[in-house]
Amino acid sequence: MSHDDPTGAPVPVQLITPSGEVARSEAADELRPFVDALGDDQLRAMHRDMVLTRRFDRESAALARQGQLALWVPSHGQEGAQVGVAHATRPQDHVFPSYREHAVALSRGVDPVDVLRLLRGHTHGGWDPAEHENFHLYTLVIGSQTLHATGYAMGLTLKGVTGTGDVDVDQAVVSFFGDGATSQGDVSEALVFAASFEAPELFFLQNNHWAISVPVARQSRTPLVARAGGFGVPGTQIDGNDVLASYAVSRRDLDAARTGGGPRFIEALTYRIGAHTSSDDPTRYREDAELQGWIARDPITRFEAFLRARGEADAFFTDLEAEAADFGSDLRSRLLADPAPGAALMFDHVYSEPHPVVAEQKAWLASYEAGFGDLGPADVPEGAR
Amino acid sequence: MTDAVTPDATTASGPATTTLGLGKAINEGLRKAMTDDPRVLLMGEDIGPLGGVFRVTDGLHAEFGAQRVIDTPLAESGIVGTAIGLAMGGFRPVCEIQFDGFIFPGFDQITSQLAKLTNRHEGALSMPVVIRVPYGGHIGAVEHHQESPEAYFAHTAGLRVVSPSTPHDAYWMIQEAIASDDPVMFFEPKSRYWPKGEVDLAQPGVPLHASRVVRTGTEVTLLGHGAMVTVLLQAAEIAAAEGVSVEVLDLRSLSPVDYGPILESVRKTGRLVVAQEAPGSVSVGSEIAATVAEKAFYSLEAPVLRVSGFDVPFPPAKLETQYLPDADRVLEAVDRALAY
Repeated sequence: MSHDDPTGAPVPVQLITPSGEVARSEAADELRPFVDALGDDQLRAMHRDMVLTRRFDRESAALARQGQLALWVPSHGQEGAQVGVAHATRPQDHVFPSYREHAVALSRGVDPVDVLRLLRGHTHGGWDPAEHENFHLYTLVIGSQTLHATGYAMGLTLKGVTGTGDVDVDQAVVSFFGDGATSQGDVSEALVFAASFEAPELFFLQNNHWAISVPVARQSRTPLVARAGGFGVPGTQIDGNDVLASYAVSRRDLDAARTGGGPRFIEALTYRIGAHTSSDDPTRYREDAELQGWIARDPITRFEAFLRARGEADAFFTDLEAEAADFGSDLRSRLLADPAPGAALMFDHVYSEPHPVVAEQKAWLASYEAGFGDLGPADVPEGAR
Repeated sequence: MTDAVTPDATTASGPATTTLGLGKAINEGLRKAMTDDPRVLLMGEDIGPLGGVFRVTDGLHAEFGAQRVIDTPLAESGIVGTAIGLAMGGFRPVCEIQFDGFIFPGFDQITSQLAKLTNRHEGALSMPVVIRVPYGGHIGAVEHHQESPEAYFAHTAGLRVVSPSTPHDAYWMIQEAIASDDPVMFFEPKSRYWPKGEVDLAQPGVPLHASRVVRTGTEVTLLGHGAMVTVLLQAAEIAAAEGVSVEVLDLRSLSPVDYGPILESVRKTGRLVVAQEAPGSVSVGSEIAATVAEKAFYSLEAPVLRVSGFDVPFPPAKLETQYLPDADRVLEAVDRALAY
């Protein structure tokens, strides 16, 4: 399904050019009906999700600099890839993220403050997937979640809740991972299982070109999309900074997977504009010219130009700017108001059923801290430690 | 050359000392080992131009080149597994695992392969592979970045397991680990990377697998490794101010354990508290407590007590001060030991 050029290199699918014009190609024309089916409101919603995610990133980076987060993981530059696939999912789908899919989290109804609670050191989770449109928890160990996603998708087949041919009912799974993760054994094993069991799963690879300091060429000498074919999984490479390409190809592939077509693979070519995390300094290992080249391909300015060209008025963009400012200050104030967890959080959910060792240690800590009286360690203000 | 050590004082016969953080001391130890032995290779994620996420390999890529300081694909099983093959080919690989919690994708290669190959070859093959692991808490980081998994490896026959607590030991122990013909798990207490200490560049001190008295006392023995040694010394200070004389030992080697100095100390004090950041169940401290009870039973005035992380997953960062044993938790155990 790759659209190869005569030299054999894949040509990424693009529906909007970097300057916001409608892109023309055979592949684009085939996918156009998916975009034509979108109403104005859904196009606006895509833009809104990208803009709010960008604001989320900016506010969170500031919070990290101010010491309010243990870590921040920027998504700047990857909003187009993420919002496109997020909007291509259907409500019944399950999403297994890595840890940079903030736009997908927001699109599927996760409170951004819950994402920040994880990075503030208040929780290892943050939300219940069952109550957040099946958006599963972030996974920090690279690539592990792709196997969980595959197993979940295999279960859908076993339960018979997929493959009936009704796209409004059939369930599917999206697993997210990055270019670095493609080197992990778990990701290869996930592709093996998904292909073998014809799992209703979309493997969504965001190739942001850098695994911390290591360029994608160290992970693969071949375009990563070419790997999919070796596993027997149809793959498509897309311009990941084109939200409509991400939407259309993901919509096509997810619906193919959910209606019995087996797994699909998308490689979204994008770029990590920011650092790997707030602990990283990318100026140590990458060239500014490369960065500037990708800033010029920004997914948000591209889509804004596209929307304006099709007649969207100024008011929409100015209103959205105001909404984003409110959104930013709201999440900041709600995060800072989030109470620090108590020690019970350590003990209470290690097991689903009572456990004598954990119960004994929880009781011991409570008694130990009570022994300090009014100045117990739990009561010492955090800044004083 | 980058960031070369400038000894404070060097004479033909006298000591050459310098002041370094533990991370920089390992960096200098790696540089020395690579200079002395062309078979030594470094492998890991982001250890090249970036110098590692903790900068422990800073400058080594520029100095020794990409063929000896190898930025690997992002795959821990791949790093350890290919290090095994390189060692079979005569190299002496030093692998960096980026964080404690990321070692488990490489666990099979370490425990089922690396640890057993010398045994399976009936001695015909050595496995001189070092696996460096930044470990432990106190840095307020997210999940999988503050763990203490050393017991899994101390439990595995065929692996040697060590952990320095000072810059001086770090400088020498990394070189001794690289010189070992056996696989060595080298656990680096990441919260100690930055505080500086004196390093004697001429005299290594005690051997790689020796435990060591770091403060003498008479009433209670405290034993720990890595960052815990700093906590034990704080506890000893507080105890001294309260009139209790505490001896502190740095374990240094978790496998094998050097019981000589430990038993000697326990025979003097009659009381032992073993402290560790790791969960206490089936831990290094458990093993030491059992062995000391077997070998020094009639010298003990109190049961050997353990002070450990709780038997729960390492908690979110805001709870780490309640999870990690601090001087107060150690002193609570000292009080209990003295009450017998």
